Amino acid sequence: MDTFVQQLINGLTIGAIYALIALGYTMVYGILRLINFAHGDIYMVGAFVGYFLAFQLGFVTGPSLVGLSVVLIGSMIVAALVGMAIERFAYRPIRKYARMTTLITAIGVSLLIENLFVARLGAAPRAFPQLLREQSYTLFGNAAISKSQILIFAVSVALMVLLQWVIFKTKVGTAMRAVSFNLNSAKLMGINTDFIISFTFALGSALAAAGGVLTAQYNPQIDPLMGIITGLKAFVAAVLGGIGNIPGAVLGGLLIGIAETFVVGYGQNVGVPTTFRDAVAFAILILVLLFRPTGLLGSTVREKV
Amino acid sequence: MPTLVKRLLAAIVIVLLLVVINQYMSKEGLFGFGVPSYYARLIVLAGINIILAVSLNLITGFTGQFSIGHAGFMAVGAYSSAYLTVYYAQAWERSLGGIVGNSVAHALIFLLAILVGAIVAALAGLIVGIPSLRLRGDYLAIVTLGFAEIIRIVILNIDSVGGATGFTVPGYANFLWVYAFAIITIVIVYNIVHSDVGRALVSIREDELAAEAMGINTTRYKVLAFVISSALAGMAGVLAAHYLSFLSTNDFQFIRSFEIIIMIVLGGMGSLTGAVLGAIVITFLPELLRTLGTRLESLLSSMIGANNIPAPVHRFLIDLANYRLVIFAALLILIMLTRPQGILGTREFGLSWLKRARRRPEGDKPVGSGGVPVAEQTPPSAIDRAKEVKNQ
Repeated sequence: MDTFVQQLINGLTIGAIYALIALGYTMVYGILRLINFAHGDIYMVGAFVGYFLAFQLGFVTGPSLVGLSVVLIGSMIVAALVGMAIERFAYRPIRKYARMTTLITAIGVSLLIENLFVARLGAAPRAFPQLLREQSYTLFGNAAISKSQILIFAVSVALMVLLQWVIFKTKVGTAMRAVSFNLNSAKLMGINTDFIISFTFALGSALAAAGGVLTAQYNPQIDPLMGIITGLKAFVAAVLGGIGNIPGAVLGGLLIGIAETFVVGYGQNVGVPTTFRDAVAFAILILVLLFRPTGLLGSTVREKV
Repeated sequence: MPTLVKRLLAAIVIVLLLVVINQYMSKEGLFGFGVPSYYARLIVLAGINIILAVSLNLITGFTGQFSIGHAGFMAVGAYSSAYLTVYYAQAWERSLGGIVGNSVAHALIFLLAILVGAIVAALAGLIVGIPSLRLRGDYLAIVTLGFAEIIRIVILNIDSVGGATGFTVPGYANFLWVYAFAIITIVIVYNIVHSDVGRALVSIREDELAAEAMGINTTRYKVLAFVISSALAGMAGVLAAHYLSFLSTNDFQFIRSFEIIIMIVLGGMGSLTGAVLGAIVITFLPELLRTLGTRLESLLSSMIGANNIPAPVHRFLIDLANYRLVIFAALLILIMLTRPQGILGTREFGLSWLKRARRRPEGDKPVGSGGVPVAEQTPPSAIDRAKEVKNQ
């Protein structure tokens, strides 16, 4: 029972990160019907911006809450700008073209970011400075929760609540929903769709960057290719929950996080090797899509002639 | 049957030509002339990529079903055939060699390996295709990607094929094998596309609902295209495994599937010659970029003298090799921004194309839905317009 609670806590931690990244995928998809393959790399960029901010601003001497907040917010802002730049220069010019073209462009942007970072910084992993005095608290007997895990839960819940507020209570959020409902009609209603799309990229990228910095606190090793697998799983999480659906992305992220830790924790008891960790997300996705072709919370769109 | 004779003659000429080029490409060379092994290797890898691109084009370019799982089927073919050649081939070859001679036995065994790889990959395609092809668009894409990753991880956990350490395979394949099968692949796909099956596939790409309304069993045709495409990818996997002599599951990650998609989108989706062109470009471009810096430097030093090159320029040119993949990615984005329908669009490259291109100098056409140039789409009918309104 203790290990079960422990696995659950660890799973939720990873799941919260997946959820943060999945939100960006799902928002962009909801508005542009574009799989933004570069989104996983924004998560990596966020972690690296945090790394350089921590060194440049001198927060590496010792753990400090101020340092952590500055690094977190700073990397979110920079990543938001990077996300907006990608949208402006790579995606906006091809928005009208065929789906495959936009997809290849997204893959191209992803390759560009990864290879630029590898060429500039090398592929070797770097140690992210500890900005939080690591400490463990005991929960329910033997299960432990670390400070960085609490941080991940607190920040991701806060960001999700904030996102929910932005989308449902603000004017720009209403516009976002209108654009995702129908871009052309939204334009006819006088909504500046270019700005809304740009804003969506900024929001999604900031969330991914927060995910990057938080992961780096929990597991302080960052490298330029860290966004590939994590990004892919976050995308799977978004599809699992029903792409375009915001609560769905969170649900999908948490589910995949928990499933993964359970495979590592209990898989061997039933003959599943730990390397299946990376396969379980896809297996769940395939099973769910076979029975619910639009994901867990996705709405079914009936095709009419 | 004069056409049959003509075709047979053509086949014989092609095979003889391939045999001669094969000798030229081999280590011994032809009459003392040979291709450096670095280029010979690249040319063979281009041939494997041609098979992959042409086969993916059948399902993605002509049928319009977006698959990101091609590397998975390639892996299935590669590993299943490698299992055969590593564990059984030697014994079979010895016993068969006594009857028909060693070189014939060698060729027969490899032919069997290719057949086995293609059949197993086709089965995998069937198993993946039947459930997945109920899904559409991006959902299908992500599910095929998922299946490919699962296939890779399952193979990674089979110890008899090397697991994580890799798998050493006998080097059966060479230029002749790869290009013979590249030509066979092109002929197969060309014949499918130009048959009634091909028209059914294209109709699915253009409008699945309309195709279904016309009485086309869309699921059947989609699965058929998927299975054939997988079998051909498996064949490419067999050739790659037995040419490189080493298999690692890392070579079949989803980035490999992306690479194949890039080839067909770059060349022009729904164009056979486009897929061939895309495969060649994607094989050679990163390698060209690798030596671009040193080439430019030697050009510059021949023009102004080696000592006159400014230090920052020198450093930049040296650095260029490190940035080759960055330049590659940037070029990819640039091509998509400037020529979204790919190099050839849905057109085929040929002599008639050259003539037509001269008559129609405007060249580029904007692309409508489904990657089809607007000019090639029929004007929207009242039904189309009603559908658009309803979809909104």
